[in-house]
Amino acid sequence: MVGAGVVGCAIARRFALEGARVAILEKSSDILEGASKGNSAILHTGFDAPEDSLELRCIREGYQEYLKIRGDLGLPLEETGGLIVAWNEEEEKRLGDLLRRAHANGIAQARIVDGAELRKRESNLSARARAGIEIPGENVIDPWSAPLAYLSQALANGARLYLNTEVTGGRYDGSQWALSTNHAEIACRQVINCAGLYGDLLDRAVLGETSFEIKPRKGQFLVFDKAARTLISSIILPVPTQRTKGILICPTIFGNLLVGPTAEDQESRGDASVTREVLQQLLKFAKCKLPALADIPVTATYAGIRPASEIKDYRIQARLDQGWITVGGIRSTGLTAALGIAKHVYWLYSQAGHRHQPLASPILPRIPVLAEGDARDWRRQGHGDIVCHCELVTEREVRDALKGPLAAQNLGGLKRRTRVTMGRCQGFYCLARLAEMTEGKFAQPLAVGAAHD
Amino acid sequence: MIDQAAIRLERCDVTVVGAGPAGLAAATALRQRGIDKVVVIERDTAAGGIPRHCGHPPFGMREFHRILTGPSYARRLVATAREAGVELRTGTSVASISQGGKLLLTDGEGIGQITAKRVIIATGVREASCAARLVSGGRLLGIYTTGALQAMVYLKGLKPFQRPVIVGSELVSFSAILTCRKAGIRPVVMIEENDRVTARWPCQWLPRIRGIPLNQNTRLVRIEGEGRVSQVIVADRHGGERAIDCDGVLFTGGFTPEASLARCGHLQVDAGTGGPVVDQFGRCSDPTYFAAGNLLRPVETAGWSWREGQQVGGWVADDLSGKLSDTGEERRITPVCPLIKLAVPHTIKMQHGGEGMTHVQLRFTRPARGKLVARNGSGIVWRRHLRALPERRVLIPLAALAKGSDGGLMKLDFEESS
Repeated sequence: MVGAGVVGCAIARRFALEGARVAILEKSSDILEGASKGNSAILHTGFDAPEDSLELRCIREGYQEYLKIRGDLGLPLEETGGLIVAWNEEEEKRLGDLLRRAHANGIAQARIVDGAELRKRESNLSARARAGIEIPGENVIDPWSAPLAYLSQALANGARLYLNTEVTGGRYDGSQWALSTNHAEIACRQVINCAGLYGDLLDRAVLGETSFEIKPRKGQFLVFDKAARTLISSIILPVPTQRTKGILICPTIFGNLLVGPTAEDQESRGDASVTREVLQQLLKFAKCKLPALADIPVTATYAGIRPASEIKDYRIQARLDQGWITVGGIRSTGLTAALGIAKHVYWLYSQAGHRHQPLASPILPRIPVLAEGDARDWRRQGHGDIVCHCELVTEREVRDALKGPLAAQNLGGLKRRTRVTMGRCQGFYCLARLAEMTEGKFAQPLAVGAAHD
Repeated sequence: MIDQAAIRLERCDVTVVGAGPAGLAAATALRQRGIDKVVVIERDTAAGGIPRHCGHPPFGMREFHRILTGPSYARRLVATAREAGVELRTGTSVASISQGGKLLLTDGEGIGQITAKRVIIATGVREASCAARLVSGGRLLGIYTTGALQAMVYLKGLKPFQRPVIVGSELVSFSAILTCRKAGIRPVVMIEENDRVTARWPCQWLPRIRGIPLNQNTRLVRIEGEGRVSQVIVADRHGGERAIDCDGVLFTGGFTPEASLARCGHLQVDAGTGGPVVDQFGRCSDPTYFAAGNLLRPVETAGWSWREGQQVGGWVADDLSGKLSDTGEERRITPVCPLIKLAVPHTIKMQHGGEGMTHVQLRFTRPARGKLVARNGSGIVWRRHLRALPERRVLIPLAALAKGSDGGLMKLDFEESS
């Protein structure tokens, strides 16, 4: 697998469980450094996915497998449900079509909610909300613990992870690939391109051609203080357009409320910076839809880049005679679909005649519980003390995240594994302690040197 | 999920949350008034609060009548509280508060619950983060607030950057300059959006003395870099942009009360101060809870917070002896002009009209000259011409607003001179 985003992690897990010998090559210093770094953290039902699409099949398959394995791996789920809200007459008219699409996509319990019921269920929404559709099953998960768990399980069952390893080219001799990287050459029978935002570039670099082109699309988000969490009970979705799912008002599994994403096409595949003007528009949007947000502070801002392609579906292509499968164009539904994509990709691979002995009793690693309200470490004995006060992250959690085969390699990775500095003070209280605790652990350290007179 | 039997339960007379100047002063005052069991909960591993990491003078004029550095001032506050018989519990965080003075705690031993007759919240302030300011740019290393920088330099002996740009010119911004000097950090420039320095004279001379250019009318537009900050883009009053080479950004000031316990709990929070709604005794919407110090409003000096803590401690002692009923008519103090950023206290218990805080404190959003007017149903009750500056306190004698006995609204308006 080339690329340790959520898709690469899920595929690595699937192949490892099926008994394959797996290596994951990641060009960054840590996993989840590309598109998987920032998304809206929803377990999607696929209610608006294109009918009969590969995307819809992978979403449904991935959703079911997440429910099946989450108990064993300790992965959280908050059953919020979703509410598509029409804010004007034109949007209201489109609800009928959307409901039909939801039913056709297998969400049998989706139903129209009239204005009165809408206001009763979500009393803090602006009175301009006209009507909506209830989407049961549109739920909230932890976007970083899930892929971390998939990859942890792959590694626990024999897979190997190579960080800071960028594939620069390769040769196929009819049965074996020799992939050249910035380090050693890697020999393998099969390559799975899960390079996300760089998927088309990887195809081109190694195969000399690609069948799709990544169109990076930036999405900016605002995260509101935990005091906002009780203002809504469901994920509030807009009526989607041809181009985008639109801006959500969404609870997070960590007890915040997020508003976003925007959909901004851009050239850069790496520039996930936020812009003040857009954030101010998001703030205005949020206060307009949920007026009580006017009195609640913004905790964080971030942007994610989705690897959209020129068409609205996944771009999964198997070149079975070349031992190469490209998993491209995995747009915003990738977090949900990853496990389904992994199954599909393994099926494609087995079509080429590859056979392995599936593991009889695979090792089940458990990952730390970060979901608000679950049995977080601060509730347990012997956690040391609290390092990050806003998110109640314990010393033990930070130490654990800094060791083992998937130890955090940079501050971003540590944040995703523990939630340090992700709270309302954004590090005012804990950065000093973290600088000390991470000394010598990161290639890019927090401190640049010792203070002296 | 939680095994109720495993939770340690305890009781005390008063729990104080936060061992900074306000919390320690309140606890000390309570003990001096004969309150038996006073427990201070501090989430940091040492008591003393923000002064602990301000390794420079002047602290302690009001309290100890001498000039001290932050850390030695903090040590004296802690020693005074201990001598008074205050029970200090460090390394303990309050996870949540609830009705009836119940606090859910966590420390190395797991969770516990402490129930008190009264609770004083004195959790202070924090500086606005880069995110809360909605600044453009990426998530880069080298972006700090003064608090984080000072903790790094004074408590850990580390420095997070070598050549930062300092954003802001409040009192704390100059404290940041002193910290940089101590650590061998050389700020490249100090920028201020307004046309004048926010802090009082003679602070504005400090950067010049230290050889740091001070650029007024300069706005931070964007932070750039790969992994770590490498430059910032700033704009002047006319929108002309330029790049400044640096390896960090230090956001100073923009204080906001650390009111998350109130906000996520059951207490009313005021949008103006960002802290809990209080009456003239610092009493919150749940009368079991009181607030003191900078949690009441951003931001005052350590000395001011200390005095406020001492007073609130005294009023809590009064309340415990049944002298401060919270019933009866209540007058609500409400700013009606957007120039008035905040006013505290928010209500006056008319039954105790002449008691409690001596002043209503105001802050303005921008420099303004004009007439401040307090008005209720029967007309103008108080007025004064004044010149207001942002982040400087404006005081109205509370007695002037507490005349009579009826409740209702007391509107504070500002008529700007042209």
